[in-house]
Amino acid sequence: MKTSVFLGTIAASALLAGAASAQATLEAVKARGELICGSNTGLTGFGAPDANGEWKGFDVSLCRALAAAVLGDATKVQFVPTTGETRFTSLASGEVDVLIRNSTWTFTRDTELAFDFVSVNYYDGQGFMVKKDLGVSSAKELDGATVCIQTGTTTELNLADFFKANNMSYTPVNVADDSEAAAQYLAGACDTYTTDASGLAASRATMADAANHIILPEIISKEPLGPVVRHGDNNWGDIVRWTQYALVMAEELGITAANVEEVAASTTNPEVRRLLGLEGDMGVKIGLDNDFAKRAIMAGGNYGEIFEANIGSSTPIGLARGLNALWTQGGLQYAPPFR
Amino acid sequence: MAYASDAPKDGFRPSMLIYDTRYRGYTIQFIVLLLFALFVAWLLNNTLENLAAKGRTFNFGFLWSRAGYDIEQTLVPYTNDNSHFRAWMVGLANTLAVAIPGCILATIVGVIVGVLRLSKNWLIARLMTVYVEIFRNIPLLLWILMIFVPMRELTYEPRDFRVTDEMIAAGQEPAASMWFNDSVAISTRGINAPLPLFDRPLGSLNLGGVSVNLTFLAALVIVLGSVWVNRQIRARAQRVQESTGVRPTTWWQSVLVLTLPFIAFLLATGFHLEYPTLTRFNFSGGILLQHSYTALLIALVLYTGAFIAEIVRGGILAISRGQTEASYALGLRPGRTMSLVILPQALRVIIPPLISQFLNLTKNTSLGIAVSYLDLRGTLGGITLNQTGRELECMLLMMLNYLILSLMISSVANIYNRSIQLKER
Ligand SMILES: N[C@@H](CCC(=O)N[C@@H](CS)C(=O)NCC(=O)O)C(=O)O
Repeated sequence: MKTSVFLGTIAASALLAGAASAQATLEAVKARGELICGSNTGLTGFGAPDANGEWKGFDVSLCRALAAAVLGDATKVQFVPTTGETRFTSLASGEVDVLIRNSTWTFTRDTELAFDFVSVNYYDGQGFMVKKDLGVSSAKELDGATVCIQTGTTTELNLADFFKANNMSYTPVNVADDSEAAAQYLAGACDTYTTDASGLAASRATMADAANHIILPEIISKEPLGPVVRHGDNNWGDIVRWTQYALVMAEELGITAANVEEVAASTTNPEVRRLLGLEGDMGVKIGLDNDFAKRAIMAGGNYGEIFEANIGSSTPIGLARGLNALWTQGGLQYAPPFR
Repeated sequence: MAYASDAPKDGFRPSMLIYDTRYRGYTIQFIVLLLFALFVAWLLNNTLENLAAKGRTFNFGFLWSRAGYDIEQTLVPYTNDNSHFRAWMVGLANTLAVAIPGCILATIVGVIVGVLRLSKNWLIARLMTVYVEIFRNIPLLLWILMIFVPMRELTYEPRDFRVTDEMIAAGQEPAASMWFNDSVAISTRGINAPLPLFDRPLGSLNLGGVSVNLTFLAALVIVLGSVWVNRQIRARAQRVQESTGVRPTTWWQSVLVLTLPFIAFLLATGFHLEYPTLTRFNFSGGILLQHSYTALLIALVLYTGAFIAEIVRGGILAISRGQTEASYALGLRPGRTMSLVILPQALRVIIPPLISQFLNLTKNTSLGIAVSYLDLRGTLGGITLNQTGRELECMLLMMLNYLILSLMISSVANIYNRSIQLKER
């Protein structure tokens, strides 16, 4: 008893002491030779291990691009699965370097929780999924329904607001993670499952009877999802932000994983030259080397390629680009200039 | 021995703190205490510094801001407009709603199984052994899931209970139907049962934030009152029997006293049952026992009951065999021997370890999160912690909460323990 108390205190103090180094994430990652990325517990298309145990997905690809930019090797990533509830504690305690996991940028998280959302890699909104034979075609018809909802998410707050605004009542079933929520929903423990529409599409794609489930047309919130870092280490925030923007910029400039070498050898476009590190010293200014963006693009392609390969219309998840099209094509994905 | 115990007559010198065995103990204790205090101070300082370095503050103001989330089972009135503090209280009530019946039922199960394990009937004794071993040796979390998942998977959704006009026309039966004359529905959501209601309730009394339901209070008083009157009647019968040798017939008096006042009370308050009915998505009306609650309660009772059974068995075995033989010699049958002679004595051995089982059960309720049961851990230590980002504060409050609960349980149990201890005169 005495010893366990003692060991417990030692462990606690080690934890408290360990979290002290807020400033130097980049040095820590370099020294470790590995990036630790907070990921989903498993959301196909966004972040989940495949049959070989290798992590794949839209968010995972950004982690890989980041590892390629920082460490020169897209495979040097360790993925730490986090639930809606555990993710922010993991990030705040320094267990992960960056959180790329369908996390919505909100005021509270940005300020009180002391995080920085460095960019938005997916513009989303909250939707509802129901079984087709329930005979519901609009979220406004859900008065009195039982709703499965993940704890610790923005979506549980939006849900309460939506039902109140429409003068409807509901019974919540508060579930800890996506797979359990899907299991509860499939078993009929709730009438509808609500979360980010992209998450619904991803969950549905893994269901055996995907065709029997529909996502209702109402989108009840704004969910800008993006990579999150701790407050206070601005250099690390810059690295994550500009790695993500480099991928968007690459799509805008028509640079792909396949043609990046060729473009680098032949281009005369000054913007492309700056992006690929042939001109100026952008990489050095953020503590990396100048071809960080080139390596990030080579890791999994540009933003559009990553989108199509993981969640695009040719995949079972089948999401359209919609808001996530480039600004030049009527979407919101817009990278500030590299200069 | 007299020559060793007298202290030296000369006065106290500082060096005695180290060399004199009578004082050395104090010195060492003092130094250890000092080091421990320094260690705690260092930890606190470190925590505060790290919080400051992260730009985080430490305060409990968040408890009064709007919670914004909903909770499935609310025994304390609650909406998402209430504060995080209220949500915490809802969670606490949900924890108690499992812990209190859990402790009572686990004790009942434990005593029965513990006694039966010593039964001379080979089959019963073996069955009880199997039960105890299975439950003691498989983790509680698995039991909770093993009970919860079938409840959810093997039942029908509320809409499968629906009978439509087309179905009647086609002579079809719905996939599922209600039990007990359409009063109880077991669906994927839970068990819907009738709810006792009163047309003319007596209202409630507000005692500093806690509202007392006068109707239930009155019912309780009436029941206790009739039981008391009944005991008076029987005591009088006993006296008459002792003085005259003839026991007067009192059974009809007992029946009247026990039933009439209560029936009168029910009629006066307009008692009736509200039955669950199927609405668009769910059964409404009546009470809903969520499967998560039922599964958690059953798993905790069976699991802790297995441990209690072992404690009870050990307690019984600790009573010398001579007691049983003496009681047989007096002509008591085995059942009476157990309840009048053995168990009362065994209680002294049983109660102290039983208390720690109660504490375990109470703390284990926090596993409810696995089946989406929102207790203290799910509200204060889950959603509130997450939405406000106040990890340190919430965790401290949670620890304090479980600590207070545990201390309360053990002090109540200790009072009881003292009352049954051997009184040495
Ligand atoms: N965007 C919301 C919800 C995030 C969320 O938890 N999304 C779900 C489904 S879209 C998820 O990623 N689940 C996977 C998991 O639990 O591992 C938030 O940031 O609060």
